[in-house]
Amino acid sequence: MSRRQMHLAAHFPGVNNTTVWSEPESGSQIEFSSFAHMARTAERAKFDFMFLAEGLRLREQNGAVYDLDVVGRPDNAAILAAVAAVTERLGLAATISSTFNEPYEVARRLASIDHLSGGRAAWNVVTSWDKFTGENFRRGGYLAQGDRYLRATQFLDTVMTLLDSWHGDEIVADKASAAFLRDGDAGRFDVHVDQFDIRGRFSVPRSPQGRPVVLQAGDSDEGREFAAAGADAIFTRHGSLEAGQAFYADVKRRLAAHGRTEDQLKILPATTFALGDTQAEAEERGREIRRQQVSGQTALRFLEQVWNRDLSHLDPDGPLPEIDPLVVDADTPRVSQGRAADRMYRDPLATAREWRERAAAHNLSIRDLMTEVTSRQSFVGTPQAVAEEMERFVDQRASDGFILVPHITPTGLDEFADKVVPILQERGSFRADYTGTTLRDHLGLAPLDTHAKV
Amino acid sequence: MPDTPLHLGVLLDGAGRHPAAWREPGTRPAELLTAGYWADLVAEAEHGLLDLVAVDDSLGLQSADPFASDDRTDQVRGRLDASMLASRIAPLTAHVGILPTVVVTHTEPFHVSTTIATLDYVSSGRGGVQVRVAARPDDAALFGRRTIPTDRDELLRELFGEAADAVEVIRRLWDSWEDDAIIRDAATGRFIDRDRLHYIDFEGPHFSVRGPSITPRPPQGQPIVAALAHRAEPFALVGTSCDLGFVTPRDAADARQIVASIREAQAGAGREAETVHVWADLTVVLDDDASAARDRLARLDATDPLTDDARVFAGSPTELADLLDDLRGAGLTGFRLRPAVLPDDLRQVTRGLVPELQRRGLFRAAYEASTLRGLLGLPRPADRYATTAGSAR
Repeated sequence: MSRRQMHLAAHFPGVNNTTVWSEPESGSQIEFSSFAHMARTAERAKFDFMFLAEGLRLREQNGAVYDLDVVGRPDNAAILAAVAAVTERLGLAATISSTFNEPYEVARRLASIDHLSGGRAAWNVVTSWDKFTGENFRRGGYLAQGDRYLRATQFLDTVMTLLDSWHGDEIVADKASAAFLRDGDAGRFDVHVDQFDIRGRFSVPRSPQGRPVVLQAGDSDEGREFAAAGADAIFTRHGSLEAGQAFYADVKRRLAAHGRTEDQLKILPATTFALGDTQAEAEERGREIRRQQVSGQTALRFLEQVWNRDLSHLDPDGPLPEIDPLVVDADTPRVSQGRAADRMYRDPLATAREWRERAAAHNLSIRDLMTEVTSRQSFVGTPQAVAEEMERFVDQRASDGFILVPHITPTGLDEFADKVVPILQERGSFRADYTGTTLRDHLGLAPLDTHAKV
Repeated sequence: MPDTPLHLGVLLDGAGRHPAAWREPGTRPAELLTAGYWADLVAEAEHGLLDLVAVDDSLGLQSADPFASDDRTDQVRGRLDASMLASRIAPLTAHVGILPTVVVTHTEPFHVSTTIATLDYVSSGRGGVQVRVAARPDDAALFGRRTIPTDRDELLRELFGEAADAVEVIRRLWDSWEDDAIIRDAATGRFIDRDRLHYIDFEGPHFSVRGPSITPRPPQGQPIVAALAHRAEPFALVGTSCDLGFVTPRDAADARQIVASIREAQAGAGREAETVHVWADLTVVLDDDASAARDRLARLDATDPLTDDARVFAGSPTELADLLDDLRGAGLTGFRLRPAVLPDDLRQVTRGLVPELQRRGLFRAAYEASTLRGLLGLPRPADRYATTAGSAR
């Protein structure tokens, strides 16, 4: 078939306002049955993988635990090990921090999941940044922006060194000759870099994939370079076709400098959707979901995250505040803590100016404005229209596929799986069945050289 | 409360406890890293109505030398992370408790707490953990963040002190969400009642942890915490911090002394009213014909001798039942058997020993509870923060 193939992944609904918890069908965010349900739906639809985000401290705002969104998650690695028991082909992607872990432990967990799933493990490498989260860990403290990517890079390299310390041919287990290992030095490693000074023998022999599939989610220049150097897929947030194409071109262009080809790094934007039998019905549903996602209280909390002030006295149906955002340096705690997005608005004064102009031009309340700027669905329409639009993104090089973010736990993927996926399969843009067993197979990544050097 | 007078678990590791086990005809040494191998073993344990399976683990690669690494090629080397393995096999079973070994020195107590809470969720209340210390300099080198004291007494004091702190943090984090913290109150827009979430504010020499956990309180409230104990420091850890201690008595008199030490620590910690189990570990080689079992052990030892911290028993299931009944009189509440060869000696436990104990009225005829705490006769505990101030607001 000639049509360009897309990759699809399922993001288990997270702990932000995208996830609507107040609907009757909204289920548990922590019971295993929810994870099993979504994984089985994704596998039934032949998805590449299921993805879990991570947060190692509960979010706070105005000095108290944030209570408007879903709160509470399992340990990613442990839940995915369990999901491996109820699936056979689906890839299993865990976000694991490179700041509040040590490479030896992470390598053990990832290699173990890869063994226990028959080669389906993936690792989304994230850097954490704040003293706030550090208060839960031995390491504590804070890494300067520059050191975060240094540590992340050295962390990733070190984990790969550990995983590559076994090549896959060491275990012979020959009862007659009493040879269990071919090599009494198997698993030997010795790492001396700025961030890590470790040596010994790694305890988990080489897993089916050798290394887990590596995902990366950063969007800064450093993040893009990090991904181009060593990731197999990027989890992006570029919503529009044009922004997606620009990002796609930029990242793919960087690969050659690292001796890599374009098909070795998949670009997968986070994607939301609203479906209906008609375009009008889908749009109405989209509006209804957005209304649920951005309550008046949620709108005020969003505004506080940009303004960096307690604005709880404001009326969400009223206008934006006269007062300007409070600008602080990176080391000063903000009204909102534990959110990656807190530092996204690099110039809050400019954001405030732009929002005031927009609100004035269209006569928008705080809630109206926050609904507009935060949560529009990526694709809204009939299953046929959504399928065609997704293909357009892939055909026009805005992405290699999508990480779908349903808004309901755990059934939010069911409708997409039942209605959109068959159309994509019929049109030849998505697999009708798995052709391989490992996640690398699903993503079209070549098997690794087992004697590769980092 | 449990209706079984005696509790039974097994310790699973590689091809069996005996270093020569992997060379026995029935073993599957090339499959030790596959889920299917472990699924079969755990199914067998559950068939035998056992209280729990413990999955052994260590930070570093296995070694025949207890104090250093080695370069031997004639023994099993390489293993899976026990907590990942435990979660992988949990959905395949419905009754048996699952207890991975987790090293709590070097590692993050926050992660251990959420990992075991997650095991408790995926097993619907059958999770627990055997905490372990890593005392070797080559273990420390895997993390590279500290040096290990060379004085052995100082070392053990430091490591078991750290383990006790880790257990305290792990337990506080499990309680940091009250059971009814998730309210989903659409009227006020609140998913949780943050007055029912709690900072734990632990501060110690090795780590300080603020909390609350990222994971809601697990199904059992407090999953089971166990430790293997051979001397005073770990006896104290069991008495002050654990629900279950695994000990290695030479005989009934030794068992009586060990139990007394643990009970003393338990009382010292004000835990007299709580149930703290003390089980003896025994490595077992079993055959219907007792002399065949002893011949097999001799043959295994001739290939590669076993040196074990626990007493090694070779004989018939009937003889073993006699021994367990005798040791039981010393105040032990159960036994953790270490099958010398897997699956052979595990099957001897489930199909030979268990029926024999059932005939004597010493072991359950069916699972009587759906959680591990239930099987061990432990109530679901109240949350330590439920009536106190200090909520996370």
